[in-house]
Amino acid sequence: MSETAQSENTGSKPKAQSKYDYSKGPLPLNINMSWCKACNICIALCPQQVFEPDRDGKPIQARAENCTQCTICWVHCPDLAITSNYK
Amino acid sequence: MTTATKPKQKSDVFHQYLRPKKKFPNVWCPGCGIGIVMGAFIRAIDKLGLSKDEVVLVSGIGCSSRFPVYLDFNSLHTTHGRALPFATGVKFSRPDLKVIVITGDGDALAIGGNHFIHACRRNIDITAILINNHIYGMTGGQGSPTTPSEAFSTTTPYGNVEKHFEPCDLAAAAGASYVARGTVYHAVQLEKAITQAIENRGFSLVEAISNCHTYFGRLNRKGDGLAMIQSFKDRAVPVARAGKMSEEELEDKLVIGKLHTTGATEFCDEYQKVIDAHKEK
Repeated sequence: MSETAQSENTGSKPKAQSKYDYSKGPLPLNINMSWCKACNICIALCPQQVFEPDRDGKPIQARAENCTQCTICWVHCPDLAITSNYK
Repeated sequence: MTTATKPKQKSDVFHQYLRPKKKFPNVWCPGCGIGIVMGAFIRAIDKLGLSKDEVVLVSGIGCSSRFPVYLDFNSLHTTHGRALPFATGVKFSRPDLKVIVITGDGDALAIGGNHFIHACRRNIDITAILINNHIYGMTGGQGSPTTPSEAFSTTTPYGNVEKHFEPCDLAAAAGASYVARGTVYHAVQLEKAITQAIENRGFSLVEAISNCHTYFGRLNRKGDGLAMIQSFKDRAVPVARAGKMSEEELEDKLVIGKLHTTGATEFCDEYQKVIDAHKEK
């Protein structure tokens, strides 16, 4: 019963980052959405265009496979909201 | 590919330096550069390997002076403009501590202008990080000593008539032994400048050019925080290149990097010599 309930839940809500292949490891960055104030700095400064704004203007890793861990986004984040999942 | 690449520096060093009970997100406007200076400062402290007990943060009043509220060091939140005298007292009684003053342009240059030049003159071992956003942000956008000529603020609605201060030139002329300037766009260089300033024995000033898009940007049509931060990229000129440029070319530019150093003797060392010389008598 629990299996069917799970499959229904995952099927009903498509995730924004569903294109990312998680078999390659976790997402490159961890964004603390409760600290983020949607200032757009990371979205604009990212040289690989990893981020896309969601409906609140907060960043989503839409092209996560492009991330090269160049440190620009978390060095320029005024709210200390971005950390790397690869330390 | 992300699987194997590791970043050049750790991204989560700030967690161990934040106060546990402080509520985040922080108090500053979205896109304010003071948060970027805070990140650069934490990484500089982490790179130097200083423990929380040997650092004292002293601040006055203003947007920038909310900075030690979030950081778990020994801290002293003082009256308006008087951060440097309090810091002088702390340093003088405990010369083993690293005393760092976080101050703003109005705090250091208008209300505490006299204290600023005398701290420079004594060359006491204090690191001052002056976050310059060209306006009084917290109190409602009044013109500060660093508001440029002809710029608008709520107290200069027809354009500023006065000339503005250059804090770096002022500190160098008054006798500070390390003077550097950075911007919030150049956060890595700013981190390097803060590291060198803390290592330097003597009065060190790091001027961090920041953005106040809420007042300065809105009244002067400079756009939002992102547009102001990107404008620093176009305006900034490194010291090495600035030497080859004429004065007319440098008119609207920000010269960034290490601007001035001297090998002057430090105040606490000199005072200790006097104590040692007269101890036995």
